[in-house]
Amino acid sequence: MAPSFIAFQLLNGIQYGVMLSLLAAGLTLIFGIMNFMNLSHGAYYMLGAFVGATVYNKTGVFLLAIVGAVLATMIVGAVAERLVLRRLYRSDHLHQVLATFGFILVFDELAKTVWGPAPYYMSVPPMLSGSFDLAGVPFPTYRLMIVAVGISFAACLYVVIHRSRLGMLIRASSHDPEIVAAMGVNVKVLNALVFTIGCGLAGLAGILAAPIVSIEPGMGSGVLILTLVVIVVGGVGSIKGAFLGAILIGCIDTCGRVFIGPSLANVATKQISGAAGPALASIIVYVVMAVVLAWRPQGLFSVR
Amino acid sequence: MAVSELAQILNDDRSASAIKLVLCVIAAVSASAFPIVAHAMDASYYVVFVTRILIYALAAVSLNLVLGFGGLASFGHAMFLSLGAYCAAVPTVYGVNGAWLHVLLALTLGCSLALLTGLVVLRTRETAFIMTTLAFAQMLYFLLVSLKQFGGDEGLNMQSGSEIAGVQLSDNNVLYFVSLAVLAAVVLFQRRLLHSPFGTIFRGVAANEQRMKALGYPTLLYRLTAYVISGGLCTVCGVLLANLTLFASPSYGSWKASGELMLMVVLGGAGTIGGPIVGAAAFLMIEEVTKGVSPHWPAYLGILIIAISVFSRNGIWTFVRRNRS
Amino acid sequence: MNVPVLQTRGLTKRFGHFLATDCVDLDVRANEIHALIGPNGAGKTTLIKQLTGELRQDQGRVILSGRDVSDISIDRRALAGLGRSFQVTSVLTEFTALQNVKLALKAGRTGRFNFWSRFEDERCLDDEAYAALSKVGLGAKARTSVDSFGYGERRQLEIAIVLAMRPKIFLLDEPLAGMSTAESSGIVQLIADLRTIAPILLVEHDMKAVFSLADRITVLSYGKKLATGTPDDIRRNEEVRSSYLGGREA
Repeated sequence: MAPSFIAFQLLNGIQYGVMLSLLAAGLTLIFGIMNFMNLSHGAYYMLGAFVGATVYNKTGVFLLAIVGAVLATMIVGAVAERLVLRRLYRSDHLHQVLATFGFILVFDELAKTVWGPAPYYMSVPPMLSGSFDLAGVPFPTYRLMIVAVGISFAACLYVVIHRSRLGMLIRASSHDPEIVAAMGVNVKVLNALVFTIGCGLAGLAGILAAPIVSIEPGMGSGVLILTLVVIVVGGVGSIKGAFLGAILIGCIDTCGRVFIGPSLANVATKQISGAAGPALASIIVYVVMAVVLAWRPQGLFSVR
Repeated sequence: MAVSELAQILNDDRSASAIKLVLCVIAAVSASAFPIVAHAMDASYYVVFVTRILIYALAAVSLNLVLGFGGLASFGHAMFLSLGAYCAAVPTVYGVNGAWLHVLLALTLGCSLALLTGLVVLRTRETAFIMTTLAFAQMLYFLLVSLKQFGGDEGLNMQSGSEIAGVQLSDNNVLYFVSLAVLAAVVLFQRRLLHSPFGTIFRGVAANEQRMKALGYPTLLYRLTAYVISGGLCTVCGVLLANLTLFASPSYGSWKASGELMLMVVLGGAGTIGGPIVGAAAFLMIEEVTKGVSPHWPAYLGILIIAISVFSRNGIWTFVRRNRS
Repeated sequence: MNVPVLQTRGLTKRFGHFLATDCVDLDVRANEIHALIGPNGAGKTTLIKQLTGELRQDQGRVILSGRDVSDISIDRRALAGLGRSFQVTSVLTEFTALQNVKLALKAGRTGRFNFWSRFEDERCLDDEAYAALSKVGLGAKARTSVDSFGYGERRQLEIAIVLAMRPKIFLLDEPLAGMSTAESSGIVQLIADLRTIAPILLVEHDMKAVFSLADRITVLSYGKKLATGTPDDIRRNEEVRSSYLGGREA
């Protein structure tokens, strides 16, 4: 296996991980601050992809598509939070999980009604198509852009969380929401803000992924489960864990799918590797999760 | 007037037990007579439908052991259902059709799966617990999908149902009575279990784990045991499900299926013995009705689920029981 | 020779840079009530958690009845003889008082994985449970569900539970918390009676109770042991007076 091939897959893994990190950061924020299990997070990813792709297909302007996607998901998220989800903050996690599960059903059906059940497509914006030479490895420009955007967002989020007043309130609220309320902060507004930002991040991930995945109803579910694995491995409530965990999981998943099959073929018979290869590849991430949890049940970078 | 008199009768212990006994007998008789009546009225489809309810009720009852009584929100429980279905389907591919064999296989594999995943999952906090059970369910899902020789994601058709005493379990009437009998047996077993020393300790662990540890109980062991029992039961349920549809599919264990199971328990009333049964019946009936009403039924189901989660505290069964006295 | 029933040697615990427990040597002798006092933040809770096993010490040993329990789990320490009562009442509200105590009794015994017989019917446990409940004054309410119990009754039940454990040492974590002087006199008497069964390590803020009950007192401040001695010694100790008692007569 050529080193450039390995490097290529590793870069792919990082790109996937960066995209996951946008989702994971949003989800872990929502979870860390409001102690709210939001299973519908993946639905906002789907919404961002659909809305963004539609805007792009109509206008041809990628930037507009991004803005549209993020705005749409933030608005829908804000409305959902205000009307329904707010009532669940005091419920136990089981009810939260069930309610947001109900949201998934509604959103998926909505998407199927508006855009039809068949996959929807968006092409890579021409300005970003083609490839970029990274130390001898040609890497698709678009995917590099995702990495760049993702890392910039990571940096922005870090600055906001750790250096701004809002970030301080967010961190304080995750430890002790009552004190923050006692300080005169409108916790309701803070919660709504955090939830909306989380949805926006999911929407951003959606539009960024749109040209390179098939956009269809139900696409949020698969990516959601992986996001859950990321935040469990990284440590629920930890932004650092969300990012580092996402890169880790993204790389393991991507490289696992590419390398496990051929590696097995080298050591085992065709029959075994033919069956076990794909199976192992899809479950390697969960095996890693199990190992991490067996060693550190609270996650790798847990804050609690 | 009649209501208050009825209430007074129900409050009197001995009358209450007598009435409960009468109700149970009535229920047993009508349940047994149901298929006969249905066939006579040319409504055989309903026998299949009610059998489906019985099977899912059984799955919900098994989930309730850890969810309702143990406080463990397992969001991957449907994985036992799909495992059980394959325990019936795969042997039939090789001509091994014995029902007892299928059940034995289901119990062995189901308990092993529960043991292995439980060891990891039961050490996490409540919230991570939900997520990790979900993740393990996905793991099994992908494993089953990758089994191309057994159908992969298209599922596996069964040429024959599980055979017991020369009869096919997949026969509608046989399956109905077997499911009814198994459900009754499991419910009785669960009642005894919850009042047994193990059951009392387990409920104590669910109520206050710190306290129980401080008394000297290795709490993980108790939760693990309950989880294994629950998983094993649910897997056997999968065998019944495969016989209902003569089909095994990874989708039986999808996380949506797990979510629906949880919903049945919550809808009916977690932590009660009758709750999951009522919940399963209610959910499946509502689903059937909405399917008939609109092609967009998933959305309506979703709205219903949201409403139930937001407004319900304790479920239908608890509501009924509370308002009886 | 008074061999201590519970002993810590050089117990140390850090949280990051913060030294919560600073090389604490503590011992509780047979037949004594040993009180642990100190201002809030002194590290009493952290110390207790290292005794019960909830926290793992960074350095030092915990020795119970001559046996080094520093590395064993919470539940096995309980079985080794550590009877702990909780500061925030941790009684099981969905059960009756009798069931609560029976569960305490069942812990060390066989038949815990019995799936079939009724726990209600374990008569031998009943007798012992009734005895413990009567001793704390809850005999009449044995078959009442705990969720109807008042705060004082729940405190009594906590004592009954730890009594039923027949431990080698009682670890009472603020048993008088949240009680008025009138309510607490009953509990104080109960604690005094417990001394005949096993020694007691008593963590308390109620100074009146501490000074009337304790045979010896250990004062903790900033994680360090400030002093150990009889109530009189402690009352007269200059360091203690200035840092904690504020010069007041206790």
